[in-house]
Amino acid sequence: MSLRRLLAVSVLVTVLQGSAMATEATAVAGPAPSTIVVARDFMFAPASLTVRAGSTVTWTNSDDEPHSVVGEAGLFRSGALDTGESFSFRFDRPGTYRYTCSIHPRMVGTIVVD
Amino acid sequence: MSDQTSPKSRREALRCMAFGGAGTLFALAGGVFTPVDLAVAATDRQRAARAGKPLFVQISDTHIGFNKEANPDVGGTLARSIGLVNAMPEQPALIIHTGDITHLSKPAEFDVAQQMLAGLKTAELHTVPGEHDTTDPTVTEYLNRFGKNSDNRGYYSFDHAGVHFVALVNVLQFKPGGLGTLGPEQLAWVSGDLKGRSASTPIVVFAHMPLWTIYEPWGWGTGDAPQLITLLRRFGSVTVLNGHIHQIVQKVEGNVTFHTARSTAYPQPVAGVGAGPGPLKVPADQLPAMLGVTSVSVVRHPRSLALSDATLA
Repeated sequence: MSLRRLLAVSVLVTVLQGSAMATEATAVAGPAPSTIVVARDFMFAPASLTVRAGSTVTWTNSDDEPHSVVGEAGLFRSGALDTGESFSFRFDRPGTYRYTCSIHPRMVGTIVVD
Repeated sequence: MSDQTSPKSRREALRCMAFGGAGTLFALAGGVFTPVDLAVAATDRQRAARAGKPLFVQISDTHIGFNKEANPDVGGTLARSIGLVNAMPEQPALIIHTGDITHLSKPAEFDVAQQMLAGLKTAELHTVPGEHDTTDPTVTEYLNRFGKNSDNRGYYSFDHAGVHFVALVNVLQFKPGGLGTLGPEQLAWVSGDLKGRSASTPIVVFAHMPLWTIYEPWGWGTGDAPQLITLLRRFGSVTVLNGHIHQIVQKVEGNVTFHTARSTAYPQPVAGVGAGPGPLKVPADQLPAMLGVTSVSVVRHPRSLALSDATLA
């Protein structure tokens, strides 16, 4: 088997495995639930939220002052959210995700994905 | 101006600061403020001359794009602030903007702010970003407009009239729950920038967030500022100017004078009063007295800098 052919086969296998995993994940999770975190009085509420993998978390700003949502590891980042504006992010992988408001860095929160 | 320094004038200075009185000039000599009424300075030319030549005006926290109840017309109050500066009998050589030029870092907000600031008679404008100017991930909007003089680092220095100015950025490296940060790279740059300069050179340092801790629970401070102040201690006259807290707070520590400016947009509560450092709603007739600009003059004998805060009232 030539090197080129070997590479082509391995790529095909990877693609098949990838699609099998995606199908399995969809079957287990079903429609992804959505959860809301509110920024109010310079705090995220709830400050810690646990969701299932595949869930979408939406942050809404209820203050007169803009807030932002910035993941500590750089995975997600909103721009400045003015009063009433929202930002959403879907968490596909289990883990603990800490975030902060880049405008008021004392505002911190955590999303735990099971 | 040291001959005018007395316990009485010091008390007057403190009283003026406490009430945020409009149009009082604070001449700084030997670490003690001496108040001179701006109205007197404007009409009494001899006394105005003694108070020094206006070197620069500090404008801060213009928050273009803010439209809430605390001030639905931030464009209008900025226009009035610019009018106040343009009406000074002698125009300042420079304008310094200590950040939060915009409210949400939007291109349209920057455009409006730049157009308005271009209405200042004094054309030379130096800026540092506030955290409201840097909410886009790559700080592109701010740096595209104001980053050219600093190779897109944001921090830089320059000299004018024998005064050395150092512009610093302390809003880009927040630690969660923490204060503003200068960072080791910027501190190393400052150290190199100040190296070899004569201790008699007056130094002006400006950054958005206070470079001393005013109120930690609200993030009103800069975590590694003490390292910066250590670098500044050998200089005979150091003036540290900040914005961020939308009110005047001053401190003198040895040869270092710290001063925060009013906003031209909206006031904020006194440290620790209320849920957080958001817009403070006050009756419309009280708002002008809580907004304004700071002007800084060079006093020749003895050589020092004088701070003056003027409100829109």
